Amino acid sequence: MSNSILRMKNITKEFPGVKALDDVNFEVAEGEIHALVGENGAGKSTLMKVLSGVHPKGTYKGDIIYGGEETAFETINDSEEQGIVIIHQELALIPELSVAENIFLGNEQLTHRFLDWRKTNNKARELTKRVGLKADVADLINQIGVGQQQLVEIAKALSKDVKLLILDEPTAALNEQESENLLNLIEEFKAQGITSIIISHKLKEVLSVADNITILRDGKTIETIKNDNISENRIIKGMVGRELSDLYPSRNNTVGDVKFEIENWSLDNISSAKKQIITNASLNVRSGEVVGIAGLMGAGRTEFMMSVFGRSYGKYLDGKIKIDGKEVNITNVKEAIDHGIAYVSEDRKEYGLILDESIKQNISLANLHALKDGMTVNSYKEKDVGEEYRQKLNIKTPSIEQKVSNLSGGNQQKVVLGKWMYTDPDILILDEPTRGIDVGAKSEIYKLINELAAQGKSVLVVSSELPELLGVCDRIYTLSFGEITGEFPIEEAEQEKLMTYMTLNGGN
Amino acid sequence: MNELKKLMKNNIEKFGMVIALAGLILIFSVLTGGTILSPLNITNLIMQNSYIIILAIGMVLVIITGEIDLSVGSVAAFVGAVAGVLLINLELSVYIAIPLALLTGALIGAWHGFWIAYMKIPAFIVTLAGMLLFRGLTMVTLGGRTLAPFPAEFRTISSQFIDDWFNGNEYHLLTIVIAAVAILSYVVYEVMRRRKNIELNISVESNGLFIAKLVFIALVMVAFTERMASYAGLPYIFFLLLALVLGYTFFTNKTVSGRHVYAVGGNEKAAQLSGVKSQKVKFWVFVNMGVLSAVSGLMFAGRLNAATPQAGQLFELDAIAAAVIGGASLTGGAGTVVGALIGALIMGLLDNGMSIMGVGIDWQQAIKALVLLGAVAFDIINKNKKK
Repeated sequence: MSNSILRMKNITKEFPGVKALDDVNFEVAEGEIHALVGENGAGKSTLMKVLSGVHPKGTYKGDIIYGGEETAFETINDSEEQGIVIIHQELALIPELSVAENIFLGNEQLTHRFLDWRKTNNKARELTKRVGLKADVADLINQIGVGQQQLVEIAKALSKDVKLLILDEPTAALNEQESENLLNLIEEFKAQGITSIIISHKLKEVLSVADNITILRDGKTIETIKNDNISENRIIKGMVGRELSDLYPSRNNTVGDVKFEIENWSLDNISSAKKQIITNASLNVRSGEVVGIAGLMGAGRTEFMMSVFGRSYGKYLDGKIKIDGKEVNITNVKEAIDHGIAYVSEDRKEYGLILDESIKQNISLANLHALKDGMTVNSYKEKDVGEEYRQKLNIKTPSIEQKVSNLSGGNQQKVVLGKWMYTDPDILILDEPTRGIDVGAKSEIYKLINELAAQGKSVLVVSSELPELLGVCDRIYTLSFGEITGEFPIEEAEQEKLMTYMTLNGGN
Repeated sequence: MNELKKLMKNNIEKFGMVIALAGLILIFSVLTGGTILSPLNITNLIMQNSYIIILAIGMVLVIITGEIDLSVGSVAAFVGAVAGVLLINLELSVYIAIPLALLTGALIGAWHGFWIAYMKIPAFIVTLAGMLLFRGLTMVTLGGRTLAPFPAEFRTISSQFIDDWFNGNEYHLLTIVIAAVAILSYVVYEVMRRRKNIELNISVESNGLFIAKLVFIALVMVAFTERMASYAGLPYIFFLLLALVLGYTFFTNKTVSGRHVYAVGGNEKAAQLSGVKSQKVKFWVFVNMGVLSAVSGLMFAGRLNAATPQAGQLFELDAIAAAVIGGASLTGGAGTVVGALIGALIMGLLDNGMSIMGVGIDWQQAIKALVLLGAVAFDIINKNKKK
């Protein structure tokens, strides 16, 4: 490797009971784009935290050599001063402040000790131009989309004279177009001499931009490979220690009669300032069938599904739900659950889990009544149920009494799935079921979807990853700007065609 | 010994409170030359703090849901005033007046719950308004004067002691009989539970530690009984407190609704999407707070033997402090009834101990404030360390 900007040597970091990093070596060359990949819990984030001073010197073993000198950062501010900036998966922006204010938060532009708004805005405008942000610097963060917000974070990093930019899952919440723009931007930075480290589960993206790829597994460095005509499978093999012959396992399900129908569903915003979210959407799912809903971010997928699930979003305008051909009236979540519907949210931390409660308690939450023994919740039975789903779903944890906040993303997602499986639903709505989780857990979840379908359950999968939908569904609907624009049996579905229908009636 | 250490380390919050309480008792018994542990004083401690304990039990539920109630002192005063009018001015029977007073509390709780749960007005604002509103209405109801005295029947629960059927001389024998039954049932319960756990292969503490725990708790109960029995025996209010603590502990730990209270406080959106009717939960938690405020107001009025416009001032802050010292988190999702009880006892003990020592009310306030801050700081620093 030529001139390395960063070398982390023999890093070992232990948490009580877990060795998160075990003698990790990691080297990044100046001016390259280096990808860091590994399953959840492999130690990627911990390694970056050690680098940036979140875990200060003394709490880990090993050396960090940055820019030719041995360093150890005590705080994030230290590392930022040296030009190392991390952009986390969860954006750290303040929604009520403007783009310009957010860019210079903590680094306010002053003249004679007072805020200089002209300087702030002018500098912010320059930076937003550099990152290709379309929003005005005076726009509030909560008025712009996630993709734009990500760019604000990057502009903020640039304002600090970044030399080493670390992006943790930068495209997890972005649609394909936005992701592409972001990756182009990182390549532009490379041309300007900024080194980047990207942590990503999206291997296609990694392969398209990275110069070198380092793979971590179980807290150890497995290898660093040059991105030279290697395949996704090559990386996956390194990540999971085995070759995933097929990420999407095949299934033998017999599709039965129509189980679940939504007819002419219409939904409005509560503040009717914006236009209608969903207009006259109809779809159906048969028993034993896996049906996909493909739509770009902002198409109204999540809003649609949450509204169907007991009117949990927006203002219901019109529409019917039929189960087994009979119309049912579902006006709240409890009724939806009682009718055998389950909804796994796209945002497990916000909508899916109670982070401070145990695995066991999260699994039983939606079906506590089943644990009743007279007046009381039978805690022995609850333990059995928790244990049962831990085994069934292969949740990796020392104990089901563990708080879910201590689990990795993939295991948290399994807890959410366990919670809903315990309600014994006939119809499962899975909203982005594999967002932000690693390949190993993904494949387990796909297997699970197959098992559910094989049991005759109806599964609706909402996703922005087309390969995923093509891999698991029997049939796919496209949703664009709140309307169902197409329906394709899997044999007729292909990425380009779906994308065309997902972007129909744009601008109306 | 290692086992004990490990147990302590993993449950530092739980044991921390108990140790703090025990430490306080120790310090004060030295500083007051044992007066704090005299039979009379222990009896007083229970009776004087009963209304805060009752409020703290309701408050901990409110805090677990992530809300707050600033109105409880005023509501207690208002219900006391209503009881005064019903019993003293209108001369109604207690069997009519007390249910009416409790109903008043429930309606006030429903009023708060309606604005907070269904109209989504922040609880701080709604109950701040409630605090002012019901203080005002208390004065209106009483016409600014104090109503007294209450009929003797009304004062039974708040200030009377159980009779001694056995005519013990030095000791109150019925108290000893009740305590013996209680200790025995406690031991039987623990042994049965341990057996069941072993049967189901759930890990339990070692035999030695288990026996040590039983002996320790039994000894504490014996010591407490000896003190109570050598004064006037158990007061009626002790049984009310016991019923409330046991009842609400059962509710929060063992029932579906209790679990829903924690779920709503832990993550309201996730709870809603799991079929928990969070608005309903919050509404009923406030109704419950209203009823307990009423109970507290009745006890206070009964003990004072008067309904006064100044009753219950700053009770809300004592109740919140008790819940928080007892480990409740103002961000919701955490807290226990027993914790609130211990918190209230710590606050009460501070008051009582310093009064005996002759510390002025001014310094009492200041010291209590620092204890509150210290307790919460200890808890939070500890939690951060764990991370």
